[in-house]
Amino acid sequence: MGAQMIEMQDVRKSFGSNHVLRGIDLDIAKGESMVIIGGSGTGKSVLLKCILGLVQPDSGKILVDGRDATRGDHDAFLARFGMLFQGGALFDSLAVWQNVAFRLLRGSLKRPKAEAREIAIEKLRRVGLKSEVADLFPAELSGGMQKRVGLARAIAAEPEIIFFDEPTTGLDPIMSGVINELIREIVVEMGATAMTITHDMSSVRAIADKVAMLHDGVIQWTGPVADMDASGDPYLDQFIHGRAEGPIESVR
Amino acid sequence: MTAADILTLIPAAVGRSTLAFCRIIGSVAIFALSTLSHLLRPPFYPKEFLHALLHIGYFSLPVVGMTALFTGGALALQIYSGGSRFNAESVVPSIVAIGMVRELGPVLGGLMVAGRVAASIAAEIGTMKVTEQIDALTTLSTHPMKYLTVPRVLAATLAMPVLAAIGDVIGIMGGYLVGVTRLDFNSAAYIKNTYDFLEVADVTSGLWKAAAFGFIVALMGCYHGMRSGRGAQGVGKATTNAVVSASVMILASNYVLTEVFF
Repeated sequence: MGAQMIEMQDVRKSFGSNHVLRGIDLDIAKGESMVIIGGSGTGKSVLLKCILGLVQPDSGKILVDGRDATRGDHDAFLARFGMLFQGGALFDSLAVWQNVAFRLLRGSLKRPKAEAREIAIEKLRRVGLKSEVADLFPAELSGGMQKRVGLARAIAAEPEIIFFDEPTTGLDPIMSGVINELIREIVVEMGATAMTITHDMSSVRAIADKVAMLHDGVIQWTGPVADMDASGDPYLDQFIHGRAEGPIESVR
Repeated sequence: MTAADILTLIPAAVGRSTLAFCRIIGSVAIFALSTLSHLLRPPFYPKEFLHALLHIGYFSLPVVGMTALFTGGALALQIYSGGSRFNAESVVPSIVAIGMVRELGPVLGGLMVAGRVAASIAAEIGTMKVTEQIDALTTLSTHPMKYLTVPRVLAATLAMPVLAAIGDVIGIMGGYLVGVTRLDFNSAAYIKNTYDFLEVADVTSGLWKAAAFGFIVALMGCYHGMRSGRGAQGVGKATTNAVVSASVMILASNYVLTEVFF
């Protein structure tokens, strides 16, 4: 592994009296696939949004490729990222291909319309969708297809860093498997740095190089996916085996 | 609870709501200033602007036209009934025209557009917020204020005077139809009377008002949409707030602007 792509040092964020992040320290190396696991409402999404600047952290440092994420040209910064949102977050006023090519139709990466459409169709094909889908609207697609379109949009501009926010939530096990496989393939062939948040253990095993577990606002455990089962960490053990009994208190 | 606690309850409640009100005014003002600053700085989205112009302007024509037509007709009947008490029936054409262009055309048109446009903008942007589409825009290097707010506010500000002008004409026509068919006015005399007494300043003051109302409507729609709470309930509340605040602000600013143009 080479240099660090994302470095977080003591990142904190509170919403009122709710201290979501209580000092996160996490490094992700270039080309590595990091999966963040943790229960619902533990701040996984907030962590991801802090890196993107969608949420401003209260304190702490976030470095992307060695540079402070909160300074400098934010548009140029975001151009290095692709993101797959939990619900797809496709723009429902735009056709599928315009969603995929959104970045290529405006701004600094603007290309001629025909070329942008061609790239969009190629990316759709990469995620297993036929070219006929290109002219449909997001509302006409099934949940699994919407996820695929979201994935195609995330990779359309060949980003260096890709974020996946709960990529398999709401999908059946087979479709989850397909999406997991696609994510793994795409990340490997693009050589991108990936960060995935999920609580689906099948995703973790399919996608991850490294795993970090977020609990109570801090990274409870981090290490290679192979070490996960023998970690000896009671929090991680309880989570990966889905046990109701253990150090993590569950609300009944 | 002691007597002192009970005594402070009322001032505390008044203070709390006063502070909340000030906070809202402040955040709306910041939102408006940010919209104006984004309006002047590229990138611009002409396609979004034209789309908004079509939806806000063109599709509001039937609503504004119908409102103006019936208002003009009713106005003619009312002024005739009032005027006849001191033998001044002949003022009907001029008062209908002045009433329509100075006051009712822009205000009623603005309120109708507030119901139609502020609601649809707030619902659309609110749903985008709830489904993370606003976050998605940002991650795709597109500023939501520039892409969503600016085109809508600009389109409404430019379209509303045109809608009001059309409403003025239709309203005066409504008065004319009632005057000629129901009140036995001579057609040529009615038109001449309308034309002779109407001044350019009557029309322009009404159109300036309309532009301000258009700005308010789109701004309120976007503001409440962007601050929508979670879920269907959040979007519903945002929509209601957008329509109510736009309507109240139209009526309040109408008074202020009328004082200015008086």
